[in-house]
Amino acid sequence: MKRFLGFVKKEFLHIFRDYRTLFILFGIPAAQILIFGYAVSMDIKNAGIAILDLSHDEITQKLTDKIISSGFFKRTENLLHYNDIDRVFKKGKTKAVIIFEADFGKKLVREGKASLSIIADGSEPNTATLVTNYTMAIVNDFTMELAVPALNNSIRIQPEVKMFYNPNLKSHFMFVPGVITLILILICALMTSVTITREKEFGTMEVLLVSPLRPIQIILGKVIPYFILSFINVLLILALSWLVFGLPVKGSIILLLAECMLYILMSLTLGILISTVSKNMQQAIFISLLGLMLPTILLSGFIFPIENMPKVYDYVSMILPPRYFIVIIKNIMIKGTGLMYIWKETLILIVMTLFFIGLSVRKFKIRLE
Amino acid sequence: METHVITVKNLVKKFGSFVANDNLNFEVFGGEIFGFLGANGAGKTTTIRILSGLSKPTSGEVKVAGFDAYRQTEQIKKNIGYMCQKFSLYEDLTVKENIILYGGIYGLTKSLIKERIAELLAKLRFQEYENRIIADLPLGLRQKLAFSVAVLHEPKIVFLDEPTGGVDPITRRQFWEMIYETAARGITVFVTTHYMDEAEYCDRISIMSEGKIVALDTPENLKKQYNAATIEEVFIKIARPVSLHPHPPAPFS
Repeated sequence: MKRFLGFVKKEFLHIFRDYRTLFILFGIPAAQILIFGYAVSMDIKNAGIAILDLSHDEITQKLTDKIISSGFFKRTENLLHYNDIDRVFKKGKTKAVIIFEADFGKKLVREGKASLSIIADGSEPNTATLVTNYTMAIVNDFTMELAVPALNNSIRIQPEVKMFYNPNLKSHFMFVPGVITLILILICALMTSVTITREKEFGTMEVLLVSPLRPIQIILGKVIPYFILSFINVLLILALSWLVFGLPVKGSIILLLAECMLYILMSLTLGILISTVSKNMQQAIFISLLGLMLPTILLSGFIFPIENMPKVYDYVSMILPPRYFIVIIKNIMIKGTGLMYIWKETLILIVMTLFFIGLSVRKFKIRLE
Repeated sequence: METHVITVKNLVKKFGSFVANDNLNFEVFGGEIFGFLGANGAGKTTTIRILSGLSKPTSGEVKVAGFDAYRQTEQIKKNIGYMCQKFSLYEDLTVKENIILYGGIYGLTKSLIKERIAELLAKLRFQEYENRIIADLPLGLRQKLAFSVAVLHEPKIVFLDEPTGGVDPITRRQFWEMIYETAARGITVFVTTHYMDEAEYCDRISIMSEGKIVALDTPENLKKQYNAATIEEVFIKIARPVSLHPHPPAPFS
């Protein structure tokens, strides 16, 4: 045991002496949380909007004010002519143009209908969809207000939409769990695979194998420090997202931390497996980054819902551990559910962990021969 | 002196159909410097891996420090030291931290490690380097330190796998002085090298070719036997694979 502790201590020395490792361990997660939380926000706030008002009456003025004062938009320009639309989009600041037809107010009062066009910049499909949806909601709201006195005797159905668990549809709610999922698997797998291949490359692995340390002790000694540091990382990320974005953990924090430990363990064993198949550090980095980052971002349900993917991708994503962890962490953090609802996903992660351990032990033995 | 610390009888190691070690027989005596020579790919590394408990023989009898290479690899590992051609200390740790690490791995007590550190640093005139990281040391010093660390726990045998690769002649000489001193303390030195002048320093040498031991004797006897002035000549005469010889060599007597 004493041999082992000395070995673990040495691994900590490696980590604390290498600024790059420290940065990857702690700098990148913090940066990712902030970047995803702020920059990649799916909410719109102060989106540029231009108005082409061909009518210039009281009603268009009111509607414009309502749109601008909603807080989602800011007016970039008032256009005078259709020809200006293209020009204003090309400048880039304007995401949508709202056009009131001539005699908008008069038509609305006399005929009960008038047309308004929303032209959005389709080169950014996400923003375009959001902007048009928001604008339409505001316009609907406006017509309701206008219509109420006139139409109070006809039947109207007014749906009232409420978002459970995330009432304001904040996208941090979606990103923080996703970022935790991504960061943990990346860092754990990357770090362990690199640290083990480094020993191979520098020839120190030979010396360790010849020493009285057992192979299992060598592996554990390399992995335990990363386990501890990754766990601290989870605490940091949770604290950061709580402090900066006010993201609460609705469910049991103990359950959440336990699930995180399981996921960390799974990622570490995956890292060991990667180290047994890669010849040098570059290869280990390459496999970890390319093999884990892209599938996790694209296929795990982090950003794009799995339900909307073609069936093939759905099947592919089934072998990705992050897919299950995202479900677990979202359930606990945002919905506040207990183990009852996530035991299947948890079981899958446990099985995957055991599978990776078994496979890497076998590979490790073959390499020794 | 005449006790065997390594006994190898009919050792065969196969990888699939490839025979890396083909029926090896030799003994190494306690306290001797045993040179283990051979061209690249002759099977030296395979033998060293078996002797150091890293891999198991396919057949044959192998005993190292009195322990069986099939079943008692743990015991073997405790009784040997090892230094390989690739550098074996951690570059980002200090001299002292490296010594503490390896001392700890081999189960030395704290006080003993402390004692050894002081002893070692004094012997190597290393005191001012105690808290410097290895990456800052010149290669020669590192090699000497790696060797000292390999024998830190006073093993029965120390395996040196091309320990002097890439080292300047003066350091090489100093390194060999350390080897002599170690052997004089009773630690058996099992060394592989590509420098034939180093082979002359050994008590006995064996030469491997294509998985077989083709010569084993003292340097003096080998030179006489092959009618050569240096071991290098002996080596060139016998160590090259048969296929490379323009004419078949004279059969070994």
